[in-house]
Amino acid sequence: MDMLKKVPVKEQAPEVRAKNFEEVCLGYDEQEAVMEAGRCLNCKKPFCVGGCPVNIDIPGFITKLKEGSIEEAYQIISKDSALPAVCGRVCPQESQCEGKCIRGIKGEPIAIGKLERFAADWARQRGIRPVKEAVHNGKKVAVIGSGPAGLTCAGDLARLGYQVTIFEALHQPGGVLVYGIPEFRLPKDEVVAKEIQNVMDLGVKIETNVIVGRSVTIDQLLDEEGFDAVFIGSGAGLPRFMGIPGENANGVFSANEYLTRSNLMKAFDESYDTPIFRGKKVAVVGGGNVAMDAARTALRFGAEVHIVYRRSEAELPARVEEVHHAKEEGIIFDLLTNPVEILVDDNGWVKGMTCVRMELGEPDDSGRRRPVVIEGSEFDLALDTVIMALGTSPNPLISDTTKGLDVNRWHCIIADEKNGKTTKEGVYAGGDAVTGAATVILAMGAGKQAAQGIDEYLRNK
Amino acid sequence: MYIITRRKMLNESIVLCDVKAPRVARTCLPGQFVIVKTDEKGERIPLTICDYDREQETVTIVFQIVGASTYKMAQLKEGDGFQDFTGPLGRPSDLCLMPLEQLKKKQIVFVAGGVGAAPVYPQVKWLKEQGVPSDVIMGARSKDILILEEEMKQVAENLYITTDDGSYVRKGLVTDVLRDLVADQGKNYDHCVAIGPLIMMKFVSLLTKELQIPTVVSMNPIMVDGTGMCGACRVTVGGQVRFACVDGPEFDGHLLNFDEAIKRQQIYRTEEGRAYLKAKEGDTHHGGCGNCGGEQ
Repeated sequence: MDMLKKVPVKEQAPEVRAKNFEEVCLGYDEQEAVMEAGRCLNCKKPFCVGGCPVNIDIPGFITKLKEGSIEEAYQIISKDSALPAVCGRVCPQESQCEGKCIRGIKGEPIAIGKLERFAADWARQRGIRPVKEAVHNGKKVAVIGSGPAGLTCAGDLARLGYQVTIFEALHQPGGVLVYGIPEFRLPKDEVVAKEIQNVMDLGVKIETNVIVGRSVTIDQLLDEEGFDAVFIGSGAGLPRFMGIPGENANGVFSANEYLTRSNLMKAFDESYDTPIFRGKKVAVVGGGNVAMDAARTALRFGAEVHIVYRRSEAELPARVEEVHHAKEEGIIFDLLTNPVEILVDDNGWVKGMTCVRMELGEPDDSGRRRPVVIEGSEFDLALDTVIMALGTSPNPLISDTTKGLDVNRWHCIIADEKNGKTTKEGVYAGGDAVTGAATVILAMGAGKQAAQGIDEYLRNK
Repeated sequence: MYIITRRKMLNESIVLCDVKAPRVARTCLPGQFVIVKTDEKGERIPLTICDYDREQETVTIVFQIVGASTYKMAQLKEGDGFQDFTGPLGRPSDLCLMPLEQLKKKQIVFVAGGVGAAPVYPQVKWLKEQGVPSDVIMGARSKDILILEEEMKQVAENLYITTDDGSYVRKGLVTDVLRDLVADQGKNYDHCVAIGPLIMMKFVSLLTKELQIPTVVSMNPIMVDGTGMCGACRVTVGGQVRFACVDGPEFDGHLLNFDEAIKRQQIYRTEEGRAYLKAKEGDTHHGGCGNCGGEQ
């Protein structure tokens, strides 16, 4: 065995998975996991832990794996993460734990994500649940949104003895884990539903179909429904569009709509009533994880798919693994390309998109080199579908209906990074609702901090 | 589960249901809508609120059977329930947010086309409860598909009915009636609310623009979540893109791009039609969907 390399992980072959919605990565088996764990140097000062937004004791659980004590490994992870099977699959490990791994200096870092996933899957398949030791303290906390931030905050508060109710706007809990991330990356029934059940087993109640800001306000939750504190983890749900001509044509969708139809509403499953537009030639505009998800979904619905992104490959914000998988599956990358107009036929349907070529100039505020239009480089792409994956911003529904809750000019709720405290007493916030669209694990980190913040507030109240 | 406490067929394709939904019934106002989902595999269907009872904690919805999902909804009986029922969504009608003093000075006319009578009804009723009278013009293709006539009579100051085929009261379009009322009967309306098929709202808006009557229309476009997430419901109002679910559903009829909205309504038409045929005909399906080739 080459100690400088990760133990390879089994995946569905690209040509097979391009035609199904089954999970792409098949994960390690026990032997492979123990072998990979054996590469860990068990550093005295583990930088990986510092790279993890929820500070999982990574060398601790890997040591247990090495010894073959998988259940113990799982319980170590569970102390800090309510959603290990999710995180093992969707965290950008290369820029977090694995990015800090000493093994990675000379060779490949330890496959921490894959090991986390293995431990979580192993435990779930054997019905092993996180240990709980909660005694009710008689205080009630409302959590708004059942995505990664809300679930983490709720789970941590429940362990501390609070009575927690999560309010979810959609008909199914999970937030972006169910409406955004596709089945082939994150199985819903097998993985997401089970990890949510683990949170509920800690005593957390979930009420679906409640739109806070419409069905009930935060002030009503505090004043009339007897909650002592509120955590807002409502995410960043509003899609952006480019504002170019033709954008309201039939066949132009937000990635949110497209993915929600496929993931939450299961359009890929014939037995569901959900319609989805099955284009033959699809352009997805954007370069993040959501763009990759939308592109790979369209591919599985049988389309030729182009990613249209205005910077170069090095700037793609998506996880490296997603870009790699997308390429393997046959997604075409039109990089340094930017749309300027969507071309529409007489009946109002998309027939193409005019784009310009870009080149990279000086670095901008984000530190990435700014794309600049190459004059005279216009060209047309023939298409029947355009999916806009340009990022999302927080929904103003809650901030507009809550007195004293301040937001910044992007509608992001202003909250203290350390403890989630907002400008309104008793109200905490975290995740994409505060930062704008980011990652599952950062939202979980914020949910965790806020749980501590809320606990401190209510203990001193 | 959200239990159906009353169910009534208003005609052969339009169904009325009272649904027990405490959170919605407690806070909803006229102009807002709900999203209903029959079962695990159903679509999320947006429906404008037709009435509500804060004490009984029920909300009244009215829907027309137009596709697979509404067909399934229509199969439910009293005592059955919808799996999901969420709201209230959208902004309440402007009239409900206006100071009463200002409201009392208004000369209001409602124009309701077909199933559009359902969302018009709670607004007229609400105004009456505030002591503000309003006129209502109701139009339908023919007598047998006219709905809520009795209910509307109870709350409208004057109710004018017209049918496209002349099978009831008078023959003509709602725009003919509105023109007559203003031109011949000297009505000085200064606020019009038009709710019905897009094509009707378009022509009412064209007429009221000519008559210089500010006009509000209520949009019911394709949507998924109803909270601003999907953007499927985008409409263009005065050159600006707006989301009907959170910025509406009511918009200025004189600024709304109806032609675009009409085109956008077609996006899933064929797929919806196919799903409907599958649900209704099941194994007996033998063509007519334009897809399976069974008719040849």
